[in-house]
Amino acid sequence: MDTVFLAETMGKLLAGLPLTIELAIISISAGAVLATILALFRATSPIAEAIVRGYVFTLRGTPLLLQIFLIYYGLGQFAEVRHSILWPFLRQPYWCAILALTINTSAYGSEIIRGGLQSVPAGAIEAGRAAGMSRLLLTRRIVLPIAIRQALPAYGNEMIAMVKATSLASIVTLMEVSGIAYAIISETYRAIEVFLCAGAIYLTLNFLLTRGLAVLERWLNPHLVQSRT
Amino acid sequence: MSDTEAVSLTGLHKRFGANEVLKGVSLRAHTGEVIAVIGASGSGKSTLLRCIPLLEIPEAGEIAIGGETIRMRAAGKGRVPADAAQVNRLRSNLGFVFQSFNLWAHMTVLQNVIEAPVHVQGRPKAEAIAEAEALLEKVGMADKRDAYPAHLSGGQQQRAAIARALAMRPRALLFDEPTSALDPELVSEVLRVIRALAAEGRTMLIVTHEMAFAADVASRAIFLHDGRIEEEGPPAQVFSDPQTERCRQFVMRHLNR
Ligand SMILES: Nc1ncnc2c1ncn2[C@@H]1O[C@H](COP(=O)(O)OP(=O)(O)OP(=O)(O)O)[C@@H](O)[C@H]1O
Ligand SMILES: [Mg+2]
Repeated sequence: MDTVFLAETMGKLLAGLPLTIELAIISISAGAVLATILALFRATSPIAEAIVRGYVFTLRGTPLLLQIFLIYYGLGQFAEVRHSILWPFLRQPYWCAILALTINTSAYGSEIIRGGLQSVPAGAIEAGRAAGMSRLLLTRRIVLPIAIRQALPAYGNEMIAMVKATSLASIVTLMEVSGIAYAIISETYRAIEVFLCAGAIYLTLNFLLTRGLAVLERWLNPHLVQSRT
Repeated sequence: MSDTEAVSLTGLHKRFGANEVLKGVSLRAHTGEVIAVIGASGSGKSTLLRCIPLLEIPEAGEIAIGGETIRMRAAGKGRVPADAAQVNRLRSNLGFVFQSFNLWAHMTVLQNVIEAPVHVQGRPKAEAIAEAEALLEKVGMADKRDAYPAHLSGGQQQRAAIARALAMRPRALLFDEPTSALDPELVSEVLRVIRALAAEGRTMLIVTHEMAFAADVASRAIFLHDGRIEEEGPPAQVFSDPQTERCRQFVMRHLNR
């Protein structure tokens, strides 16, 4: 085993780690907000439901790779987009990748949160209504806190999937961990070692994420922890 | 309309599809009155109680809380509240205690109790906490203020739910079979709390199958049958000398248990 080459490769790959983390954090956070809005919107009317269903169906039914391509190469085909105030963003691969990752995870996420919303006990909602809560207050103080706690374990899986999905951003020239890995391989033809290094980085990231989620879950759910009193 | 009328219902009609559950119920609860609502299963007791804070919307009839009539407007085939803010304000003047407690599972007992005073009524948090602690003391739950509902017995949950209802400083308390979901040995601790509230002069409407308790605590008893008030009067009369045949049969069946 060529430890010198491995250490060198690791050093180069780690240079892409900040970008990988950035892509993951921004798209997961923005995606979660969008997912929550979509899940709440979906419950408002049959038309809203049809719209969100179409959105989810499309984004879950097509490869993320394709979605990134379409946004990066496709949007520029429309003059309206090129002349809009968003064009300075949408012409950059960075924002295209974030946009694609965000809408993709929002589709999966909205389904997870919808499940959480359905699990909120009717009695908890009724108690809020009887106490005079407005719809907004009820959603903010009762429904979402319960739904999110319920959805968190499944949402953790989606977050882990998203960390890995950031590797697809390399196809629009972003030099995150995977992008750098491809570049090293095309120079050195030592695919196994390079991919082992990259794999170790993703594994570490997701290990930390999993630990963090476990802590968050315990912190949010003291009522599920067995009491000793 | 008089200020001493905590709750006033006039000609309530409520149907679920083809099932007409309330067929014109009128009822006035004066301040300080304790009204026991009895009747067979399916006679519409819960529906009647749930109409008061508009958890169910009656197709016809009028509801007034503290002399203020809830404004309704026609919508489609039925009615909806004309002013959601008014409904929320009037709801916060009532305390509803559910058969299944319905505490918020993600909050501690204390958080459950201060939630509506702080977020609906906009009272200062410190004040709400001080009042909540006094209420928890009163229902015998002071030592459980930081416990979560999942860690409490049914009787404890129901007493916490009563404290939550009291924290709204309600004009009237509405109880829908507050002890029906409890194990027999836990019933008395909840009834004791409700008795104490009656002794304080609280206005209460209590749907219950606990006949002895109702006879003891109520100032008036109402027997609901088939969507109508079939008999009404002082509990001594309704329970020991019912005027209608149906009420007599019902009381006989239930006193013998
Ligand atoms: N949400 C609903 N949808 C349809 N039907 C309902 C609904 N709620 C109540 N009903 C029907 O209305 C009738 C009266 O119900 P209600 O719960 O008011 O009776 P109750 O007197 O409280 O009975 P119990 O003593 O069993 O609690 C029943 O026939 C019931 O099936
Ligand atoms: Mg009932």
